[in-house]
Amino acid sequence: MISPDIHRFTCSNGLRVLLAPDSGLGLVAVSVHYDVGFRSEPEGRTGFAHLFEHLMFQGSESLEKLAHFRHVQGSGGSFNGSTHPDYTDYFEVLPSAALERALFLEADRMRAPRITEENLRNQVDVVKEEIRLNVLNRPYGGFPWITLPPVLYQTFPNAHNGYGDFSELESATVEDCASFFDTYYAPSNAVLTIAGEFEVDTAIALVEKHFGDVPARPRPVRPDFGEPAPESQRTGNVVDAHAPLPALAVGYRLPDPVSDLDGYLASHVLGAVLTEGDASRLQQRMVHTEPLVVEVNARCGLMGAPLDSRDPDTFVFTAIHTDEVASEKVLAVVDEELERLAETGPDETELARVSARWAAALHGNHDRLVSRALDYGATELLHGSAELVAELPERIGAVTANQVAEAAAAKRTTARAVQTVTPGGQQ
Amino acid sequence: MSRTAAEIASTERGPRELPPLGVQPPAAGLEHVDTVLPNGLRVLAVASRGVPLVELRLRIPFAKRGAGTGDPAYAARAEVLAGTILTGTSHRDRIAMDTDLALVGGELDAVVDPEKLLIEGSCLAGGLDKLLEVLADALTSASYVPSEVDNERARLVERLSVAWSQPSIIARAALQRHRYADHPYALEVPQASDVTTVTGEEVRAMHAESVLPRGSSLVLVGDFDPAEVTGRLADALGGWTGEQTAQEMPPLPELTGGDIALVHREGAVQSQIRLSAQGIARTDERYAALQLANMIYGGYFSSRLVENIREDKGYTYGASSRLEFTPAGCSVLVGADTASEVTAAALLETRYELARLAIVEPSEAETESVRQYAIGSLLTARSAQAGLASQLAALVAVGLGVEWLSGHQARLEAVTREQIAETAAEFFAPARFTGVVVGDAALLSAKLRVLGGVVIP
Repeated sequence: MISPDIHRFTCSNGLRVLLAPDSGLGLVAVSVHYDVGFRSEPEGRTGFAHLFEHLMFQGSESLEKLAHFRHVQGSGGSFNGSTHPDYTDYFEVLPSAALERALFLEADRMRAPRITEENLRNQVDVVKEEIRLNVLNRPYGGFPWITLPPVLYQTFPNAHNGYGDFSELESATVEDCASFFDTYYAPSNAVLTIAGEFEVDTAIALVEKHFGDVPARPRPVRPDFGEPAPESQRTGNVVDAHAPLPALAVGYRLPDPVSDLDGYLASHVLGAVLTEGDASRLQQRMVHTEPLVVEVNARCGLMGAPLDSRDPDTFVFTAIHTDEVASEKVLAVVDEELERLAETGPDETELARVSARWAAALHGNHDRLVSRALDYGATELLHGSAELVAELPERIGAVTANQVAEAAAAKRTTARAVQTVTPGGQQ
Repeated sequence: MSRTAAEIASTERGPRELPPLGVQPPAAGLEHVDTVLPNGLRVLAVASRGVPLVELRLRIPFAKRGAGTGDPAYAARAEVLAGTILTGTSHRDRIAMDTDLALVGGELDAVVDPEKLLIEGSCLAGGLDKLLEVLADALTSASYVPSEVDNERARLVERLSVAWSQPSIIARAALQRHRYADHPYALEVPQASDVTTVTGEEVRAMHAESVLPRGSSLVLVGDFDPAEVTGRLADALGGWTGEQTAQEMPPLPELTGGDIALVHREGAVQSQIRLSAQGIARTDERYAALQLANMIYGGYFSSRLVENIREDKGYTYGASSRLEFTPAGCSVLVGADTASEVTAAALLETRYELARLAIVEPSEAETESVRQYAIGSLLTARSAQAGLASQLAALVAVGLGVEWLSGHQARLEAVTREQIAETAAEFFAPARFTGVVVGDAALLSAKLRVLGGVVIP
């Protein structure tokens, strides 16, 4: 896994294909990453990219509604899909005997998905239940991935709620779906990844057989979602009817993960030095020594994982604290610790801790075949190189104390968003 | 300029045939050592060499001795113990423990439930000796210094207030009370008020009395030679001793069917439906049939329940049914979260599908689909170290091991459609189920009263 055996080719319709054969223990994983996420959905249609992801499971020319699920599971496999700011992925992991079947299923919906009014209405209802489950009916639902962006960002693509408003989900039409598919789901706008137990030559032939005649369509021009960083501290507050304790999120802009990867990774190390493990600086001080907060976290990425989107990306600090501790106090301690790190940087042990845990976490993630396939596919899509995944432990290990100090210094109080959560009393 | 949805949905060539499955290579055996150390600890070490890591699961049975009913003070003490056992020993303080672990890419975490204290860990394979050293240190000399216990107790009180605001936790606690009344098994998440009185001395005494190798089990899965690693383990944990045997949970009462209880939650916009019935142990000859019957009902996405209340009616994002392992057997556990206005309708369909499974024999297609899914899931679950370790830890807990896992594919292959139908008729009859609905009673009561079989507060 440290040096993955990756083969790549491009079909005549522009579909990029990655093959990562290895000892998959009798399993194979197939994923398709489309280069469109919720940052690309039109104004007035918040939540549309995710809703559309649901519709891609609802049947295609050769497959009735429910057939996709039944064929994957009835072949011994599992499936899912997920919508991110810059991409949408679809994937399945199955016994290796089902490789051709998985390719058939993905190709059929890339070629000719069947989008009907009835399925659209049904999936709007399902998505609304998903939002009730994950956001509306629980404490800290959508905190901070939905609540922080409108404070930190000012343009619609970066600021809006990717899960969507109910009224906008309800107003989605079959015509919207057709136009979204034609624009963004072109084979030239996707990366197909196959990982696990298979022969490379066989897989190439099967990909050509099933995807080769998906008609080519132009690859959409990818918009630049860049916007200026804040020039002063922005603040916002939400009342959370279910939350028992106040919470705080602070968002900072990150270096461009593609053009300044090492700068971005320095911020990852910064986050880990601050909050990963009991010996990290903020865990020690804010959770154990003083103690000010119930939990604290600092990391790259709004969706919980670093390197999951293009620029602009967010460095996020979150804390849940008691009523007795003012959010200003929590912020002041964060600023003090950032300042301390900006002055002297972390010591060698702190860097070694972060580096070893990153390596272990990467191995742990890649031990699951489907995670490995998804990591290759997303990294190929966002960075143009799946092999980068294998270089990351070394590059994390090479981050210096000075670089971390610079990353800390860049988290300026005058260029950030501070968003507080006030408990609404109801529980 | 874009095509219409109808144009997109058809091509000149028309629909195509689903390709057949290829040939599946037989699964390789699991290279392992299963033994009991001189201190009474059962050890199962299994090689899995996909990545240079090791996963560890240490299960210590942790029920209260001689307790017939749940003791909130005991549960609270156990929670504080789990929160502090890894925060300092006579050789290392909290920071030294975390630093030693971090430098080998390691993690150790302790969680407790009514049955067991579970210590889960992982590290880079080259750092296993360090992981075991830190673990042994905690098992033999956890210090529970007052500052750590006091801080953890205060934090736990806050964390519990967050936990008790989660609808899933509220629903689970309501179901446990409804199913098992005051049996110790039902007491899963303590109340903040019970935690505030726990002292360091009590926790130290609990450790001495209950953190015992005899009756406990340790599963290691990873990139190593099982025989060699067992020797290292015996050396590392040799100093962990105790005469007594760790305490298993007393058997649960047989679950009987009955009315569903409506539990009010103010301001809820969604309800939790949770139904349950008595099942059987993994060693019962009908187990594989029950497993497949459960899958047909709600055990995977292509089940009758999901296809009905999600894909047809849009009442829920996720509905599921699973077999939950209990001290001596299992229960069937059905769950769905639904908007208040469709909760009664979703409960109606959930019951309807129970009755339909009990009465209408599954089709050949349904039977083969769940069989392939169950076999494929076995393959997926054993392919990654973390999943395999957790699965084996659960088997070892009931006296089973690698042999059960390796033999299960053959049992799934042998089950007939008639056996599934017979098992379904016995175990999925609606009258065998009981349960709870948690939600806003003001919005739910009228329709649930009409539906019947629900006790309205």
